[in-house]
Amino acid sequence: MGELKLMKGNEAIAEAAIRAGVDAYFGYPITPQSEIMEYLASEQPEKRTGMVLLQAESEVAAINMVYGAASTGKKAMTSSSSPGISLKMEGISYLAGAELPCLIVNVVRGGPGLGTIQPSQADYFQAVKGGGHGDYRLIVLAPASVQEMADFVGLGFDLAFKYRNPVMILSDGVIGQMMEKVEFGEQQPRRTKFDEPWMLTGKTPDRPHRIVTSLDLEAVQMEKHNLDLQAKYKTIRENEVRFEEIACDDADYIMVAYGSSARICQKTVKLARESGHKLGLLRPITLYPFPSERISQLADKVKGFLSVEMSSGQMVEDVMLAVNGKVKVGHYGRYGGVIHSPEQVLCGFEEFLSK
Amino acid sequence: MMNEEIIIAGFGGQGVLSMGKILAYSGMMQNLEVSWMPSYGPEMRGGTANVTVILSNERISSPILNLYDTAIVLNQQSLDKFERKVKPGGVLIYDTNGITKHPQRTDIKIFQVEAAAEAARINNLRVFNMIVLGAYLKLNNYLKIEHIVEGLEKSLPKRYHHTIQANADALKIGMDIVKPYTVLVS
Repeated sequence: MGELKLMKGNEAIAEAAIRAGVDAYFGYPITPQSEIMEYLASEQPEKRTGMVLLQAESEVAAINMVYGAASTGKKAMTSSSSPGISLKMEGISYLAGAELPCLIVNVVRGGPGLGTIQPSQADYFQAVKGGGHGDYRLIVLAPASVQEMADFVGLGFDLAFKYRNPVMILSDGVIGQMMEKVEFGEQQPRRTKFDEPWMLTGKTPDRPHRIVTSLDLEAVQMEKHNLDLQAKYKTIRENEVRFEEIACDDADYIMVAYGSSARICQKTVKLARESGHKLGLLRPITLYPFPSERISQLADKVKGFLSVEMSSGQMVEDVMLAVNGKVKVGHYGRYGGVIHSPEQVLCGFEEFLSK
Repeated sequence: MMNEEIIIAGFGGQGVLSMGKILAYSGMMQNLEVSWMPSYGPEMRGGTANVTVILSNERISSPILNLYDTAIVLNQQSLDKFERKVKPGGVLIYDTNGITKHPQRTDIKIFQVEAAAEAARINNLRVFNMIVLGAYLKLNNYLKIEHIVEGLEKSLPKRYHHTIQANADALKIGMDIVKPYTVLVS
């Protein structure tokens, strides 16, 4: 049993980063995720583990510092919120292209543009469909509790290094700002062996030099690189899908919701069942890879799916692709910084039923 | 099953968020599941601040709620907003300071705690929120003063630990001065 603490989701990410033996955090403050850097600053990780904490001059600088640190095989991370993540997108595409492991945290706020500082889930497309240019994918983890904010830091780095791929934690202002109990594991040592053939460790006479780049002007070579990337993404899709089912066994209808919406929907399931609806909840934990296969299986036995997200309907497109016309699919959600209540979701579900 | 859903609302600076935090810590000390969800944003500056605290012996589902078992309100705006959000049969606790339009509902239990006046009387405005919390303690038997003191020890930085006694005394004052309020039906 580890240490039990009461913490904000943002603080839990920061503490988990120190304990996971992360080598470097580069960031730039923005609400609602500033507590990540604030907590790190107050903890002085340079004294605890030797971890580097640096407030960059901009989001663009921070993501490029991540690129540099990741090139040397170090565990590097950054965090921001929606407008800041947009600024990082060029760097994220480069990291994906150069196949560098790293962790990017997005504590989503309402948009578009500078938007608002209240919670939102409107960055789903950006996180799972690209956001930056080119045919790339991030592994996207969606925590629904403060505990998962902590747990997904370690998991994120494990996946990032396993696949040499950037991993994103897609959270939002609710999970970032709320406090819950959280249990941390033991302090992990920082990595000391940098022995993989892609890591830049300083050229020695016994080996050729290494280059970390996303550039290849030879189109055929670039196509081959793309094919390798696609093969990797296929392996990820086959092996890394994670989800949770709540009350799905006897369900007539299933809501699909992630992150804070999944928490809200858990209460809706309870309210719905009190009023006689057999409603279940499927919570994707990985948004990429998406639990398409499981949704497709469930589509053979339920009457419909309602995607509940704090957006005008983004994940619903992936639900529709998975369901592939077998049963009806709808969307419910408040957005622009407004959080739907469990009761509002129930009304949304009842309206969906009547359609 | 124990499941208590609370909203605490008032002006920014009244200690609303820290009151919620102490409540959450106290619940945690008793192995309850807890969640603390603040309102955050521009509304906090000089405006209203509120926090939703849930204490439960089961896994907590939604940290965001529409209706509450207990509302603790410390200004008129919060009273206007949250009186109607108390579940029928639920509890509303409010400080009468600055209140010109009193609660109207007859299907909930209403209590007054003159915490601002009492804090001024004992010349320690900083324990205002603990007086309010004392009122809440008096009306619930799942939390004891000892739990709150443990919560204070856990949530206050060490340099403020000398204030714990004054805070504990303030809790007792709150327990003493809380009184039921009956809505007169005309």
